[in-house]
Amino acid sequence: MQWETVIGLEIHAQLSTKTKIFSGASTAYGAKPNTQACAVDLGLPGVLPVLNQEVVRMAVKFGMAIEAEIADYSVFARKNYFYPDLPKGYQISQMDHPIVGIGHLDIEVGDQTKRIGVTRAHLEEDAGKSLHESFHGSTGIDLNRAGTPLLEIVSEPDMRSAKEAVAYMRKIHELVQYLEISDGNMQEGSFRCDVNISLRPKGQTEYGTRAELKNINSFKFVEKAIFTEVERQKEILEAGGSITQETRLYDADKDETRSMRSKEEANDYRYFPDPDLLPVYISSELRAQVKAELPELPEAKKQRFLNEYKLEAEAANNLASSRPLADYFEALVKTSGCTAKTCSNWVSVELSGALNKKNLSITQSPISAERLAQLLQRIADNTISGKIAKQVFEAMWSNNDSADTIIETKGLKQITDSGAIEAIIDKIIADNQGQVEQYLSGKDKVFGFFVGQTMKASQGKANPAEVNKILKEKLKR
Amino acid sequence: MTMHTKTLKQLSQGLQTGEYSSQELTLAYLNRIQQYSALNSFISVTEAQAIAAAKQADALLTAGNAPLLTGIPMAHKDIFCTQGVKTSCGSKMLDNFIAPYNATVVDNLNAAGMVSLGKLNMDEFAMGSSNETSFYGTAYNPWADNTVPGGSSGGSAAAVAARLIPAATGTDTGGSIRQPAAFCGITGLKPTYGRVSRYGMIAYASSLDQGGPMTQTAEDAALMLQAMAGFDPKDSTSAQQDVPNYSTNLNNSLQDLKIGLPKEFFDEGLNNDMATAIETAVNEYKQMGAEIIEVSMPHLKLAIPAYYVIAPAECSANLQRMDGVRFGHRCDNPEDLNDLYIRSRGEGFGTEVKRRILVGTYALSAGYYDAHYIKAQKIRRLITEDFTKALESVDVIMGPVTPTPAFGIGEKTADPIEMYLADIYTIAINLAGLPAMSIPAGFIDNKPVGLQIIGNYFAEAKLLNVAHQYQQVTNWHQQTPKGFE
Repeated sequence: MQWETVIGLEIHAQLSTKTKIFSGASTAYGAKPNTQACAVDLGLPGVLPVLNQEVVRMAVKFGMAIEAEIADYSVFARKNYFYPDLPKGYQISQMDHPIVGIGHLDIEVGDQTKRIGVTRAHLEEDAGKSLHESFHGSTGIDLNRAGTPLLEIVSEPDMRSAKEAVAYMRKIHELVQYLEISDGNMQEGSFRCDVNISLRPKGQTEYGTRAELKNINSFKFVEKAIFTEVERQKEILEAGGSITQETRLYDADKDETRSMRSKEEANDYRYFPDPDLLPVYISSELRAQVKAELPELPEAKKQRFLNEYKLEAEAANNLASSRPLADYFEALVKTSGCTAKTCSNWVSVELSGALNKKNLSITQSPISAERLAQLLQRIADNTISGKIAKQVFEAMWSNNDSADTIIETKGLKQITDSGAIEAIIDKIIADNQGQVEQYLSGKDKVFGFFVGQTMKASQGKANPAEVNKILKEKLKR
Repeated sequence: MTMHTKTLKQLSQGLQTGEYSSQELTLAYLNRIQQYSALNSFISVTEAQAIAAAKQADALLTAGNAPLLTGIPMAHKDIFCTQGVKTSCGSKMLDNFIAPYNATVVDNLNAAGMVSLGKLNMDEFAMGSSNETSFYGTAYNPWADNTVPGGSSGGSAAAVAARLIPAATGTDTGGSIRQPAAFCGITGLKPTYGRVSRYGMIAYASSLDQGGPMTQTAEDAALMLQAMAGFDPKDSTSAQQDVPNYSTNLNNSLQDLKIGLPKEFFDEGLNNDMATAIETAVNEYKQMGAEIIEVSMPHLKLAIPAYYVIAPAECSANLQRMDGVRFGHRCDNPEDLNDLYIRSRGEGFGTEVKRRILVGTYALSAGYYDAHYIKAQKIRRLITEDFTKALESVDVIMGPVTPTPAFGIGEKTADPIEMYLADIYTIAINLAGLPAMSIPAGFIDNKPVGLQIIGNYFAEAKLLNVAHQYQQVTNWHQQTPKGFE
């Protein structure tokens, strides 16, 4: 039988506020355990939550970016369950009135564009962390993360393959960083997802029974987990069995999924509106403000790069995928005097290559757009060749000198003086009479030999156009 | 020197004029607390801190410009977190809990200069109407032997009635300030929901809980509420509304005051003597020129069932943090996580608390939520509308606080439903979020009777004015129980 895979994602994006969603404690990552948990985060008797208004603004921003319905008023609810790293015995989340309603996002798979529905996005607090190692049979609790703001983004079951699921996840990842509402750091758990998967016979309209894979924090694992789970379900169905609705864990080491709890064992979370928090009303002023602050989104930026700079689709896509990268590129275009294509190449090839090698992001680049622009200016005004520029770039990478200083101190200035070039060429012609004869007898390829020798003799500094011109004259057949 | 029968107002004058010092006053009250410890009204007496605070107060008084309440002793219901002091909430669960911070109410009263002498007995987690659910044993009503002081703020009411302190804080979720105030013959004020910060007040039912003053007189309640009330950025449900001066209008005339009497308050459930006592009190108001108007609250009879869904539902979640993990009671040698939860909570909570957690958990469960919780919220809205409608045509609503005067210890513990029904006149007011007072209005068989005065949202000043005028023409509030003079 032909099976169709149906996938829906629940993505948890940590919002990049300075303080927690319901307390004034810091959200910074990596502090010593329990040093960033105040009385409210600890769930001490008598404490009360106070909403960090910044998260509302961020959620509205996200909602607008996916053209979603923004709720007029939104309600926080208590999700009740016992767990040692859940201090209050309930998580403050949202149930009936999420802040963001139905929206959508377009993804590209191959050369196809597909629209994925977003059911809702709601605000909630993160739990703490249970530490099972190094406590000799006991469990340690770190509540630094408790109360960190999360935006849970729930998709429609609109994806039909692992590829689509990953494309959607990447797109959301790119978007939250674009909007500057999340740092998207997956190693630190700022961006993770639950995957709902079911199979159905091709052509059937009802959905099959689904399994939910919990808490996956990399694109690669999402893809692998889906492959593995699809195979598992297919095997069961083809043997005439049926799928149990359950929560499963993906074990990346063993590349398998295994059951955590079935529907019967599932918690009854007993959601009810949190009486400690008032409903949030989203005013038209806030909407207008957020709308005005909304940056140009990746899709629009890509289109503009295609039209305005005539970039290739791939380059436009790549540059527009990250806001700081796009900003860097545009800064170069404006100030370097080079063509958009040259700028694009420098950012996508030289700079990105160097950054990748060191595992750095564009915001951590040791060469600012301003410094690189000066280097490109020197290509544009013929001070150096593109080839020499790469040398200068390497030098700039390891110290803070400007391009001009490096060109000056290393004597890399291009030789444009035709007298000096002529002298070099005369010597090369005199020393290589055999090659001259070959050329004159019709072997065009030998011309390259003379160019190479000239560049070598000038240590790459001779202006290539000038070299060509003079050689052509001297070796006239 | 009989300082202990004095009101806050009188004590303030004595302190400000240097007639006596805060230290003298504090020691005198600490002595009385010691002398009458059999009342069991205190869970903790914080002598050393009290004396230190009194010294500070005396320094302020000597320097001049000290706030009005500076140096006056008081005590907190043990539901308010007090930094460095055990805050038990009347439960074994928190018997070892030393709060690392102050409730906003505690901070506010400290800032007003009051001197806390300790923490007062209460029903466990404020669940109860008799103080009998306290882990520390019941407090006693100083007016009659073997009689409950009411609850849950029973220790507060008993201590003020016995003149062990001139004033106390209380909290009221379904009548927990007014009912014990009525049973013990003192003045109790439950403010509008949101008027007093709930930060640091251990939550029972968050949408109903409200702290307030328990004093001898309405005049004192005005002084104390003044210090307690106000917007608190740490409590999202606290009202962003200016606090008026509650003492300014106490002497306003009640000529043409419109008093509503809900006919449902005076039906067959009300004890005859109680009905007579309330009528007598209302007649007193007629003498002062008030107009009496009958009003109706058709949904009143639904208040108790609605309350016993909403309050337990909220408490079931509020008490989940008592899990033996970070603070509070933890069972010995737990085998695993489940065992830790089950035994810590099983051992830490008393019967009434467990009953309400179970009821609330059930009411919120999948499949029952709509039939119970949602329905109760609808009833809550209807009851609120009954009151707001009535308050369109009258200035205040009056009635009894309780169907009978204080009952005997053990009399109602066997039947929780009967205990719940005793709160019929107070519970609806919490559901509506309105302010209400209980003031002494006579005696039945030597047990005090409370008159309830209910007002519109944020009309505390009006309530205090109406109560104060009654206390100008009666002396019920000045009676001291025999043996405590």
